[in-house]
Amino acid sequence: MKSRVNFISGLRYRGGTPMWVWMLHRISGVGMIVFISTHVIAGFLTHVIGNDAGITINTVYESIYFQVFIYFCVVFHTLNGARILVLDSFPKMLEYQREVIWLQWLIFIPAYGLMVFIMLTRAINGK
Amino acid sequence: MQTRKITPHSLNLELFMFLLTRISGACIILFALIGMASALMMGARTQMDLGTLMRWIFFPNSFHVVTSVAEIEPGWTNNTWRIMQMLVALLGLTHGFNGLREVLEDYIKGNGWQIAIRILILFMWLFMLWAAYWLIQTG
Repeated sequence: MKSRVNFISGLRYRGGTPMWVWMLHRISGVGMIVFISTHVIAGFLTHVIGNDAGITINTVYESIYFQVFIYFCVVFHTLNGARILVLDSFPKMLEYQREVIWLQWLIFIPAYGLMVFIMLTRAINGK
Repeated sequence: MQTRKITPHSLNLELFMFLLTRISGACIILFALIGMASALMMGARTQMDLGTLMRWIFFPNSFHVVTSVAEIEPGWTNNTWRIMQMLVALLGLTHGFNGLREVLEDYIKGNGWQIAIRILILFMWLFMLWAAYWLIQTG
């Protein structure tokens, strides 16, 4: 089967919030599997084999930029996954899926924002 | 990008993984809640900062709390937590690598590439399970 849309015209598709959370779910999922796999390999190298390469990988992993990104992936993927689970179990709620997504953001913003605020203030203060 | 081929009305790989993704996702959320409740009962409220508690909730491994818990033994590292970690690792890695397979298969064309990616992901999944197993044994 030949591809009918390219990436740019795909982005122009006006799917609204359900499309954007679908994309973010994929990005956050791939982000987690890549970075957490790297972190597990780093731990494996440090604690099982006793190689210093693991410490180098974890130094990058533990930097504030990675932590802010990974925390976004974890919290967003969890909340969005929970929403998918609920909507799949109760398909009648699909009628209100946009409202459920707003509710999801309402939980996400304080859960993520507060934590990032604490992480950034600690990073700036050098703790 | 192309539409996914679906064979309905039988328990094929896609349906099985669809169910597994939902069940494992729900289980991981449940394990996270158990981990959080147990950590608070073991004194995390006074011992831990928020980041350490988050790391522990995500994966209840003693390496994740070594910086802030004064006495690691015996509450934070025992066989209950090792079993918990193995369950989280097994479900999480299966969930994650299946998700990676689904994302990649949306962007590849041709059966040869599909088989190649499935074999590659199968080996990555097995390797990560093996690495996680040995890491959990030491923690």
